Amino acid sequence: MSFRRTMRWKDTRAALLFISPWIIGFLIFTAWPVINSAYLSLTDYDVINDPSFVGLDNYRALFEDPKVGLALRNTALFTVMSVPAHLVVSLALALLLNSATKATGFFRTVFFLPKMTPPVAIGILLLMLFNGQSGLINGFLGLFGIDGPAWTTDPDWVKPGLVLMSLWTVGSSVVILLAALRGVPQELYDSALVDGAGWWRRTLRITVPMISPTLFFLFIVDTIAALQSFTEAYTAFFGSGNTTYSNDAALFYAIYLFQQAFEFLHMGYASALAWLLFIVIMAITGVQILVTRRYVHYEGGKP
Amino acid sequence: MRTPLVRWSLLPVSLALALTSCAKGTGGGTSASPSAGQFNPSATYQGTISVMGFGATDEIGSTRVDLAKKALGGADIKLIEGDLDIQQFLSSVAAGDPPDVVYANRDEIGTFASRGAIIPLTSCIKGEQIDTSMYGKDALGQVTFGDEVWAIPEFSQVQITMANGDLLKRAGLTIDDVNGSSWDKITAAAKKLYKAPGGKLQAIGYDSKLPEFLPLWAKANGADLLSADGRTAQLNSPQVVKALEFAVGIYDAQGGFAKVKALRDSADFFGKGNQFAEDELGAMPMEQWYVNVLNDVSPKAPLVFDTFRTPQGRPLAFSSGSSWAIPKGAKNAAAACRFAKTMTLVDTWKAAAQVRLDKRKAEGKPFTGILTGNVKADAEIEKMLTSGGPVWDAGVKAFYEANKHTFSLPANPADKEFKTAWQDAVNRVLNGQDKPQPALDKAQRDAQAALDKAWAGWTKRTN
Repeated sequence: MSFRRTMRWKDTRAALLFISPWIIGFLIFTAWPVINSAYLSLTDYDVINDPSFVGLDNYRALFEDPKVGLALRNTALFTVMSVPAHLVVSLALALLLNSATKATGFFRTVFFLPKMTPPVAIGILLLMLFNGQSGLINGFLGLFGIDGPAWTTDPDWVKPGLVLMSLWTVGSSVVILLAALRGVPQELYDSALVDGAGWWRRTLRITVPMISPTLFFLFIVDTIAALQSFTEAYTAFFGSGNTTYSNDAALFYAIYLFQQAFEFLHMGYASALAWLLFIVIMAITGVQILVTRRYVHYEGGKP
Repeated sequence: MRTPLVRWSLLPVSLALALTSCAKGTGGGTSASPSAGQFNPSATYQGTISVMGFGATDEIGSTRVDLAKKALGGADIKLIEGDLDIQQFLSSVAAGDPPDVVYANRDEIGTFASRGAIIPLTSCIKGEQIDTSMYGKDALGQVTFGDEVWAIPEFSQVQITMANGDLLKRAGLTIDDVNGSSWDKITAAAKKLYKAPGGKLQAIGYDSKLPEFLPLWAKANGADLLSADGRTAQLNSPQVVKALEFAVGIYDAQGGFAKVKALRDSADFFGKGNQFAEDELGAMPMEQWYVNVLNDVSPKAPLVFDTFRTPQGRPLAFSSGSSWAIPKGAKNAAAACRFAKTMTLVDTWKAAAQVRLDKRKAEGKPFTGILTGNVKADAEIEKMLTSGGPVWDAGVKAFYEANKHTFSLPANPADKEFKTAWQDAVNRVLNGQDKPQPALDKAQRDAQAALDKAWAGWTKRTN
């Protein structure tokens, strides 16, 4: 018994030794900043001077700051529009790729390549492509006699423009969904074909349920990413190329957090903002897990 | 009962709390001022002087850096190029490892000073015997905070009126109709000059350059956005509201800001396809450096220039620029002071101007001057100008004239928040989300709250 316990401890020690680089990295680069930010959220801190403890003042201020509400509303609206759009477009492209018999690898690379574009470049591209005067998007709409909107200046069209632009980066989701599609057993389709099911029915009744864990994963990940949206909107509406022209419609929560932290040097308040975002993301993710549990099909039962 | 999970979670939490307890800045109160004795004009320096936020990317910069290096008597200069990254700069100060000197916009100095990120230069100025009377009054005012000078100013940006002479002529107008001396004439000119066949804007008649030039329009209407002591916001005064209504009205008269902005953004601003060359813009107030750009890329464009004028006909310009500051904890503050001094001396500017003059001559182009923030250097350089023809000479004359009639916003500890407050207000009006009066009322509340908080912090640190 004692020998067995000694051996177990030796195994544990060896395992800990092997994963110690990760543990040390986690403690220094994740755990400490997270806990430190919790502490800073209770202080008035401007990076240079010592933090001074202010209790829950920063959290109280959050609820009195109208820009927090505006930023939350903008972010929520963007998320509600962009996540379904991402999933639908990714799935459509993945289905297209899955049915391709030749050059799948080539097209998979082509679809993924835009993902390699730096987000800052995407923000600048947005200003060019969606320019209400000379942008390609409105030029394209003009071919059909449609007078396109002022995507980059009209507050009503700023978020739809950002959503459309965000589709530029669906490549990684397409690749993940393609892998899931390849894992659907062919015999299920064969049986359905024998029963006379058409493409649409096979997709709805076989494909979607079978890849639902992947769709659910993307749903969660895309939601979190959308709630943290920053770079593209910041570059287009608040960054160096447009320093004086901002648009309230593009003020996402992460942008406001960045402004408070690095432009106004209110690091304590920004930390409180970060914790509020964390709570919001946790709550939304929890609700998503509860609501979607019955729609996700796991082979071999629930995980 | 302690589960293994609890036991293991204790380690990271304890470690994190221990580390957290060490988390604090290195500032705390105003920095101790170095004594004048530390700054000796005859001393020489060794080692490396690090400069953050400045890239000697042209002959004006590189010539001055060479002279500064010579003045240090042996020390090497390491340039950390690119615009000053405030996050990087403040982090380096907090970590106790700042650069020796930083190149910052003048409107950032109040914030840096109030937080103790930079040191006052009173001793540097006295020790190195820097004659501050050579700097422009506005330039020096922008870096003076709490009765001390915190940075050495350089360069000036001022606005003049730029217009397309052909478009004006065809519309039966002259530069006097768009130089600001009559707001009614500007509105009428905008309506005459803009072109929007079928509702699609093809040419902007007049661009009032909002949001950035609200301070200029407000001052032309007799109002300052901020009190002279930098403590009281004056954003919703009737004069400012009227100025905003007028400047936004210019866009409304041309189909709205969205269309103007879209056309403005689509222009090849720095290239041959600029708005003036393409007949896409009638007139606008614009900073003087654009004269040099236009002269370079569109020497034959039909431009006309004048100063920007108040409704009383007086020239007026909103001055801004850069400056040199010494971070708290700089390892070689004395050498940094010598560097800042040499970079802004009259002889240094003259030498740099001479190099540019020679270069322009070799290219067969005129030397159109530099506004240095140093009035004595400006006067010397003005004597070196070469003619580029009547059109460009008028532009150069206009900006030298404008440079004598400037105003600036005073230094304050919440300059970024103050600027954000009024710019956000203007943007909300431009986007149709708000009317001028309520937008500026809100901006006033936000700006004053930020100023009060920042000044209270300054008072707490200095008392």
